[in-house]
Amino acid sequence: MTQALFGQLLVGLINGSFYALLSLGLAIIFGLLDVVNFAHGAQYMLGAYLAWMGLTWLGVGYWVALLAAPAAVGLLGMAVERLLLRRLRGLDNLYGLLLTFGLALVVEGLFRQAFGISGNAYPVPPQLAGARNLGFMVLPVYRAWVVVASLAVCLGSWLVIEKTRLGAYLRAGTENPALLQAFGVNVPLMFTVTYGFGAALAAFAGVMAAPVYQVTPLMGSQVIIVVFAVVVIGGMGSILGAIVTGLGLGLLEGLAKFLWPEVSGTVVFVAMALVLLLRPAGLFGRQR
Amino acid sequence: MVRTLAAALSLALLPLAAAAAGISDGVVKIGVLTDMTGAYSDLAGPGSVAAAQMAAEDFGGKVAGKPIVIVSADHQNKADVASNVARRWFDQEQVDAVADLVSSSTALAVMPVAASKKRITLLSGPGSDPITGDKCTPYNVHYTYDTYALAHGTGSAVVAEGGKSWFFITADYVFGRTLEEDTASVVKAAGGKVLGAVRAPFPTADFSSYLLQAQSSGAQIVGLANAGADTVNSIKQAHEFGLTPKQSLAGLLVFLSDIHSLGLEAAQGLYLTTAFYWDRDDESRKWAQRFFQRTKRMPTMVHAGVYSEVTHYLKAIQAAGTDDADAVMRKMKDAPVNDFFARNGRIGPDGLHRHDMYLARVKAPKDSKKPWDYYQILETIPADKAFPPLSASKCPLAKK
Repeated sequence: MTQALFGQLLVGLINGSFYALLSLGLAIIFGLLDVVNFAHGAQYMLGAYLAWMGLTWLGVGYWVALLAAPAAVGLLGMAVERLLLRRLRGLDNLYGLLLTFGLALVVEGLFRQAFGISGNAYPVPPQLAGARNLGFMVLPVYRAWVVVASLAVCLGSWLVIEKTRLGAYLRAGTENPALLQAFGVNVPLMFTVTYGFGAALAAFAGVMAAPVYQVTPLMGSQVIIVVFAVVVIGGMGSILGAIVTGLGLGLLEGLAKFLWPEVSGTVVFVAMALVLLLRPAGLFGRQR
Repeated sequence: MVRTLAAALSLALLPLAAAAAGISDGVVKIGVLTDMTGAYSDLAGPGSVAAAQMAAEDFGGKVAGKPIVIVSADHQNKADVASNVARRWFDQEQVDAVADLVSSSTALAVMPVAASKKRITLLSGPGSDPITGDKCTPYNVHYTYDTYALAHGTGSAVVAEGGKSWFFITADYVFGRTLEEDTASVVKAAGGKVLGAVRAPFPTADFSSYLLQAQSSGAQIVGLANAGADTVNSIKQAHEFGLTPKQSLAGLLVFLSDIHSLGLEAAQGLYLTTAFYWDRDDESRKWAQRFFQRTKRMPTMVHAGVYSEVTHYLKAIQAAGTDDADAVMRKMKDAPVNDFFARNGRIGPDGLHRHDMYLARVKAPKDSKKPWDYYQILETIPADKAFPPLSASKCPLAKK
């Protein structure tokens, strides 16, 4: 019984690290650009598909894809910011939400047309194949790698934003872009790069997810709602909140799957409702 | 006076005469209501629409001298959407029959609407047995497979191979639950036991928690009472968590499209029950090739079922000379079905189409010689073994 429970908690932590990675990108984009990036799920799916296309059509392996796919999606994200999102700056963030939501629908529709719904299989890279028996559960090596890699990326991003000069510029840019520009900082470029970075994070999560799930056009929309709930619970725009809540909700979901599997699909939203009742700005959020 | 009376009488009789013979509004309209974009859109969806169109074309586009029109809509796997579309089709667009209705919840929602308006439902996608059990209607045909057939085919074969203890991972809605119940009773009847079950919300992407519970149950067989993308993800993740080869998987509803997307590496060795396999004989290959040219995919049993049921429906209209639902249903239930899809098929008074089913095993990659060469057919399950006997039916219509 306790063994099974430990297994569930570990699985919850693994899923939580996916949530953390995805919600981190969302939180960065919202925190710095004030854009509710509904295209995040599509960017995650794009990352997975680029990895799959690379492997199937060009023979490019997992490790290259882990860098190349996020880079490509990041560049694409920068183009989207440059050409579309920039025009909406200063408007209500509802406009950005609608724009990115529309983009996500278009991208998903195109992929659905091209690849169908059942998706395609992406094999676990040979170096990370197999599983270890921990006594209380069998842990696939690849899943362990997912936890380590996501935590490293989350921690790294958090350090950059909170502890470096670049991060300080970014934070200042959200408070008062005009003043920062007066100091000679290229604020529009900074926004472009930030959006690109957020998109790249989503694509990174997508490549990480490819060997675990089927690579399907719907993989983004399946996860995006939960990830938004994570960001809302953590506090919109709070980097630390996104990471901590992502992991926490993964654990909560794992627990629910063990104790009462039927509600595991809704437990995140129950948590969201409760948190919003008690702390409307989210667990780590500041009232704006 | 006499003339007025005669005119009144003939006016009164006119609608009756029109209903008794001929095509009610000059056109036979068949609506394919299916999942066009969601979890079941590869196994049914656009392929089902293509199959219905092929059936209409093969009929020359006309039946009883009137044109055949195929329309389609997406029910999104939602019961309320399905019944709304069906109501609109019946009330405003003169649709005579609704085909496919993949996912049991949508089928069970549309059937009573259709019955109340005397229109025909031709189910190819859904599986749960209440459809021809206590929820049956006189205007429904359940064509391709039901959970009983799936459970008996795979369940008894696996128990016979020595898989005595079972644990189920079940999609938490009517289809998954009836599939689990049916299989559990087959397993128990064959001397096996059921150690437990876990109900996963539908749809789910991550099955790791449920697989861990299956693992810790220690059961020899993990029965997957789910379908489509859920089945694909559970099989893929079961390999990841090392369930196999210590435990074996039994896919209770697996489609060709699932195997295609999983790849043989992950799917090999899986037992499954199917109503149709494209590479079974010359007839099925011939039709499948035509379907492939049109859709670039090989047909699933749902696609083949849609073609066959629409053809059977059109033949019944031809024979009856009318699209009146009562007359057409009588003809459909009278005539046996023997085509590239169904062998020894007969539609009972409960609406269930009983026909031969097939037990198959997924080939290993080295045994697959050509594209889409995935199944090895192990045995033919005759119609009377594959489907429940009429005497056991809970459908009131069966009691007459």
